[in-house]
Amino acid sequence: MSDRALVVVRAGALTTVQDRGRPGYAHLGVPRSGALDPPAAALVNRLVGNPPDAAVLETTLVGCALRPRSAVTVAVGGAPCPVAVGGRPAAWGAPVEVPAGALLEVGAATAGVRSYVAVSGGVATEPVLGSRATDLLSGLGPAPLAAGTVLPLGAPAGPPARVDGAPQPRPPAELVLRVTPGPRADWFTARAVRDLTTCAYRVSAASNRIGLRTEGPALERARPGELPSEGMVLGAVQVPPDGRPVVFLADHPTTGGYPVIAVVRSADLPAAAQAPPGTPVRFVAVRRR
Amino acid sequence: MRALPVGDDALLVEVSSGQEAQALHAELLRRRAEGTLTVREIVPAARTVLLDGLDDPVRRAAELTAARLPKVSARARELIELPVRYDGPDLAAVAGHWGVTEREAARVHAGTEFTVAFCGFAPGFGYLTGLPDHYDVPRRATPRTAVPAGAVALAGPYTGVYPRPSPGGWQLIGTTDAVLWDHARVPAALLAPGTRVRFVPVEDA
Repeated sequence: MSDRALVVVRAGALTTVQDRGRPGYAHLGVPRSGALDPPAAALVNRLVGNPPDAAVLETTLVGCALRPRSAVTVAVGGAPCPVAVGGRPAAWGAPVEVPAGALLEVGAATAGVRSYVAVSGGVATEPVLGSRATDLLSGLGPAPLAAGTVLPLGAPAGPPARVDGAPQPRPPAELVLRVTPGPRADWFTARAVRDLTTCAYRVSAASNRIGLRTEGPALERARPGELPSEGMVLGAVQVPPDGRPVVFLADHPTTGGYPVIAVVRSADLPAAAQAPPGTPVRFVAVRRR
Repeated sequence: MRALPVGDDALLVEVSSGQEAQALHAELLRRRAEGTLTVREIVPAARTVLLDGLDDPVRRAAELTAARLPKVSARARELIELPVRYDGPDLAAVAGHWGVTEREAARVHAGTEFTVAFCGFAPGFGYLTGLPDHYDVPRRATPRTAVPAGAVALAGPYTGVYPRPSPGGWQLIGTTDAVLWDHARVPAALLAPGTRVRFVPVEDA
């Protein structure tokens, strides 16, 4: 076993390997997957000197703990959280040196949902269709981490960034999602289309990497039934039979039969990935670019 | 044909039949191969083709709806033969829907040339068309919590083969040993949209 490896001591609620995913295979039923907050993943990679597509770890709410077998540089970003190395507090959002065998603790998020952990050299599990991302819908990529999992690391590509910290957006108190209408807005009543952008929604605890589920007024359909299956995009606001809009995130199914009332601007999706259950959600109609 | 905008950089092109969707899909692949269409994903489905990651969706929309679709040449597409045992637990129910014996149901299915209309549900799961309309069957009233990999199944107008064990509500008519999905293989998916498929009955070992 190579020394360049990371041993998982505490896996946390759900910690997965993520990179930029595997776009280009939707026609085979393969979701794109990848980090839900791509700017945060790219930033922590930059902080440790990795290329932007290196694989990182994505935690969920409660962090994780890791023990590298060799000295590595790490950076933790995305959702703010306490960081400790060998029991001593260390910086969040900045390169941190972790000696061989020392314990890196990534604490529970103090805001937001998903923290990202980059390690110099990147996580080097076997790629599947060009990506190391864990896809929870279709089961591609490495399984979610468990205590005792050993993750191989790649060779460091470059020196860590010469910055003490980097600006990162704070997780929002209110999630504002800009939407363009359609493609199936005509499957809903005029009132439902208005309700989507005027009523108050909240992030549901049933949200996951597949979709941001919401609680709020049910959107009323003008036409009953299901559509013949059609292709789905990232950010699609799909409305299942219960009427509560679901915003598709990276592990979304490639096709679906529930109508899509609107599509969220991709620039707003990283914030959606950082909105904990209960966060107020406001959908704002914007014109197509 | 109409093109519905989807967000800022995608188009959902809607046509009136599954066959037209397959012809449109073939035409879009041809244009991408010759370099006149730049797009990240071309996702065919039942009555639509989604173009995701387009540079200029508005201009493309006008272009596409003006397009004439050449007929798809069957011979140009790959034919995959899947060995099958017609031993599924729902074969009798399907034969009942069709008003034939189980043996005759198997003969009809094995005598049909299918085309992968589109994929979805799971990596490598193809929705195969080819049976005449009057052979449509409903989904099971109660889905199974576990369907084994290799199960050959029917629902609505489609035949499908489960690439891996999963829950499922389709009517199971048989079993194949073919490996539908292997991510270490190139290509990973045995069936891709446009592939022709025949089921070839084999004797039980």
